[in-house]
Amino acid sequence: MTDDRIPPALRTEALEELLVERGLVDPAVMDGFVRTYENDVGPLNGARVVARAWTDPEFRGWLLRDGTAAIASLGFTGPQGEHMVVLEQTEQVHHVVVCTLCSCYPWPVLGLPPSWYKDPAYRARVVREPRTVLAEMGLDVPAGRRIEVWDSSAEVRYLTLPRRPAGTVDLIEDELAALVTRDAMVGVAEIGPVGPAAS
Amino acid sequence: MDPSDLGGRPGLGPVLPPSRVEPEPPFGRPWEGRAFALTVLTMGRISGRNLDAFRFALSRLDRAAYFDDGYYGRWLNAAELMLTDSALLAPGAVDARARRRRGEDVTEPPVPEPARPDYAPTGPGSLRTLDRPPRFGPGDPVRVLTRRPCAGTGPFKVPGYLRGRAGTVVAVRPPHVLPDAHAVFAGEHPQHVYTVGFTSAELWGPEAEDATVHADLFEIHLEPR
Repeated sequence: MTDDRIPPALRTEALEELLVERGLVDPAVMDGFVRTYENDVGPLNGARVVARAWTDPEFRGWLLRDGTAAIASLGFTGPQGEHMVVLEQTEQVHHVVVCTLCSCYPWPVLGLPPSWYKDPAYRARVVREPRTVLAEMGLDVPAGRRIEVWDSSAEVRYLTLPRRPAGTVDLIEDELAALVTRDAMVGVAEIGPVGPAAS
Repeated sequence: MDPSDLGGRPGLGPVLPPSRVEPEPPFGRPWEGRAFALTVLTMGRISGRNLDAFRFALSRLDRAAYFDDGYYGRWLNAAELMLTDSALLAPGAVDARARRRRGEDVTEPPVPEPARPDYAPTGPGSLRTLDRPPRFGPGDPVRVLTRRPCAGTGPFKVPGYLRGRAGTVVAVRPPHVLPDAHAVFAGEHPQHVYTVGFTSAELWGPEAEDATVHADLFEIHLEPR
């Protein structure tokens, strides 16, 4: 029956048509949803949080104590961000975040999850062999650095605070935000040094 | 077997290399954005944005429906399951409409009599307040139950790899509605929630890579040890 399978694009069209006919969804509202998550919500919000924490020690302290309130103070709230906990990457500890049961992810600061985060292999393996998985993803965690994995199995959502890279003392907050990657805020990457420090 | 409970499951191969494109577009193909919006709106239609009911629907999909069309494919299938559960759609209605759209001569099932749950959450989101104090505090040794502690048809919201394992409470989080009941529209039953840390040796044996794994667990699923 595999040749008889209905592709998901066609099934989506069919479901949308049925629900619109019945007055259960409004295509204009759907368009608005799609546009919001394409344009307004994304990892740039999280990057702003990180850059602020790198430049403002008071904000950094608040962010680590009460992530929800500190993040809300920059205007980032909404579904999948009801209770935020921020984990600070250090020389001693590396944090990495997963959701083994679904693909729960802090939407207000990072947008919708990337494909690697939703991938069954990542969800299955990072709780069992995190060092190996991180190495496969291009991040070699030094042997002496402890790894802490956070499985988002309820409604707490986690953001990691990457270490500020070398060579950035002269950069202003906006320039710093441009360096912060989504992957570093989930804990599967670090942010490399900048300028002469990079070589 | 619950296809969604993936923690520790062997045989899934290498992880995907993270995209070098920053940011990766949220919807790789146009239908994924439509499926996302349809699902979110469907959850609202059925009963007050019940995310736990949606996750329970995901966990009841068969293997093919869960895995074959990726993340938004499983969203689409779970949305359809929620819609047929509450008789907003007849079983087979989406399949029949899709076949008609591609020119097949099939009969669509009649529109059923809706049987939506008579249920509304007491507030937005999943966090609630509780008068009773938390049973556990940071540093307390706990063990995760192996079976669902209460009767009912809902999920047992504990990752399989943690059931029966010994851990230590590291933080007390705000109380949440209990998915085991909320997912089947049987009340909110708010619970204290704890972040519990487990050693990798406790979870996977003495040969495991050294790490600590944390998860957020509901009070009703923990016992003191």
